[in-house]
Amino acid sequence: MSSSNSKKVLQSNLSRRTLLKGAGGALALGASSALLAACSTGSGSGGASGGGGGGNAISFGSNYSDPSTKKAFASLVAAAKKKTGVDISINTVDHNTFQNNINAYLQGTPNDLFTWFAGYRMQAFAKTKLIAPIDDVWDSIGSNFSDATKKLSKGTDGHYYFVPIYNYPWVVFYNKSTFKEKGYEVPTKWDGMVALCKQMKKDGLVPFAFGQKDGWPALGTFDIIDLRLNGYDFHMDLCQHKVPWTDKRVTAVFDQWREIMPYMQSGATGRTWEDASRTLEKKKAGMIFQGTNQIAANYVADKADLDDLDFFVYPEIDPQWGQDYMDAPADGFCLSTKAKDPKPAKKVLKYIGSSAAEANYLKYDQWDVGLAENLDVPSYNAIQKKSAQVIGQTKAVSQFLDRDTDAGFADNTVAAAIDKFINSPTKSTISDIQSSLEAQAKSVFRS
Amino acid sequence: MTAADLKTDAVPPREGSSRVRRHRLRRFSRRDKILIGLLLGIPLAADLVFIWFPAAGSVLLSFTHWDGIGGLSAIKSAGVDNYVFAATTDPQFWPAVRNNLYWLLVFVVIATPLGVLFAVLIDRNLRGSRIYQSVLFLPVMLSLALIGIIWTLIYSPNDGLLNTIIGHTGNDNLIDWLGNPHLNIWAVLVEASWRQAGYVMVLYLAGLKAVDPSLKEAAQMDGASEWTTFWRIILPVMKPINVIIIVVTVIESLRAYDLVYITTKGTVIPGLELLSMLVTQYIIGQTQRIGYGSALATVLLVIALVPICIFLYRTFRREKVR
Repeated sequence: MSSSNSKKVLQSNLSRRTLLKGAGGALALGASSALLAACSTGSGSGGASGGGGGGNAISFGSNYSDPSTKKAFASLVAAAKKKTGVDISINTVDHNTFQNNINAYLQGTPNDLFTWFAGYRMQAFAKTKLIAPIDDVWDSIGSNFSDATKKLSKGTDGHYYFVPIYNYPWVVFYNKSTFKEKGYEVPTKWDGMVALCKQMKKDGLVPFAFGQKDGWPALGTFDIIDLRLNGYDFHMDLCQHKVPWTDKRVTAVFDQWREIMPYMQSGATGRTWEDASRTLEKKKAGMIFQGTNQIAANYVADKADLDDLDFFVYPEIDPQWGQDYMDAPADGFCLSTKAKDPKPAKKVLKYIGSSAAEANYLKYDQWDVGLAENLDVPSYNAIQKKSAQVIGQTKAVSQFLDRDTDAGFADNTVAAAIDKFINSPTKSTISDIQSSLEAQAKSVFRS
Repeated sequence: MTAADLKTDAVPPREGSSRVRRHRLRRFSRRDKILIGLLLGIPLAADLVFIWFPAAGSVLLSFTHWDGIGGLSAIKSAGVDNYVFAATTDPQFWPAVRNNLYWLLVFVVIATPLGVLFAVLIDRNLRGSRIYQSVLFLPVMLSLALIGIIWTLIYSPNDGLLNTIIGHTGNDNLIDWLGNPHLNIWAVLVEASWRQAGYVMVLYLAGLKAVDPSLKEAAQMDGASEWTTFWRIILPVMKPINVIIIVVTVIESLRAYDLVYITTKGTVIPGLELLSMLVTQYIIGQTQRIGYGSALATVLLVIALVPICIFLYRTFRREKVR
């Protein structure tokens, strides 16, 4: 009953979503934010009238717009409805549109709860008081999570603002059949990886499939080399611009990267990561470094051989840090400050912060893993089991560059600099982009 | 004498138009004045609210820092910081200006003359000119978004039409037309010219049809060659159309956006930086730098104003002469 209800809500939202998608980024800011606001009020009042009582209905803004994530989200909401008795209406918006309009959305008439990301991206909203603290929710769900998860759910003021639902690791993917056929071994040290790349090239494979047209995937490679070479604290300081981009440790990251650049698929700035992933799916490439949320999901979407897919953690560069750190971005939910009635919304968040809720979501998700401790998900595949294991062994997780620093700075400025580096990986480019990045960072992190 | 006086009273004199105007104005009733006020006021208000207010707002915002969060109090004055940042620090600004100029140059030197050539050829009533006309006009009827998609398929590296024809589909000799930073602006300019040539052709053809055929005949009688007839007779007669085409060309090339947006899905990739793409990059998005985006928009506005001002100046001057 309740699930058929939510399906109806989803269908009615589909037309809005496609409308918004069509309107897309081409619309002027004002016009598109007005659209977003318009549809959120629409679904809000719809939810209230559907719930009958005033204080027991909330609206949930969702950017889980791909068919598979949409299904998983619907399953989560249906379970939350049943468990809490709160009537939840979902307002799904295409994820790019959602993220691009988030400022106008949160300042206009946002939904009570909405999907968002952990890290600086969430903390920035906490600072501007666009999202509400939810310490009382964490009083009851705190025991379900590790200290690392608690840390990434907090704002810089020490209060909780975020309830995670899943995360996923950034690792090196490969096809088991390729490694078996050619007799390759999984490298654990940098030199081993470089040797493997050389061998793959000799064998006519693209060692690392690589696509950077979307502007962000290459940031992952920068992150991991920085984490391996300079450690977690330095990486975080760099993200917050406590260390200048002209630091010689940043030069070292690019120099290290230069060593494997000849083994990365050329023309990356014109290739989408989906196409790069397909090179691996067709076994024309040996490896790809990306998140399970993209590669495993793309294998499922393309109906490629998911059982053949495996991964290893990025090899050690400096023995001081070993393989201690990695990017493992967490997605979850926030409560907007403008929520009409936070009580039922917090009730829902309390349910979402349970292992039962995560298991419910993950029934329809074959690439992400939950964060709750003692989580038991019978539907996990080999990739997910291994993901949970490697994240568990990590000493600290970063969230990805565009979540750990100002998102615009990462996705526009750093990405443009890295594009330049990819197209001409020379010493002079490195020093050019370092000084340019520092000059731009100064104007972004002004206050 | 008296009869003439009576006559002038009844019929307003032809000379001294200012007297006529005053005369007519006095004849407006209160209702007329309200009506005129409304008819002029509504478009004027719409013009002010929808054009001048946002334009002036953008220019004002370009001298501020604002991240789009918080009300007017969150807007901080920045002086000319944003412009200095664009000119000295932003590594994407000058490539964007350069690409906009490439766009303008290709339109002025290649696409528009090509359109004029098509128009002149079709105007000579060759056999099947109707078919050529439709074929060449077809791209104009398609939306730029659709053109972008069509050409993305043609340019697609592994299985696109172009690479298949020239045999560059292998992974070692692949040509990535839209990805390679040295090639992509030219590849996109081919798409844009494909449409622009058809557009100019239609405008010019309409003008050519209106040219008095006796002019051409007279030139032929005098023994002028086709070439001389075109340069000495047709082109000068077509002056109003020529001015419109020049303005259209300049504006179309400065507001270039759609094709690149479709090609890159909104990200600014190396080789395809455009001022309009940078404006949206900074103004739309989760971290907004509205002040800086507005500064870029103002730069674009100033560049666009130059040809438009020249156009308006020339048009009004011509009317005065008449």
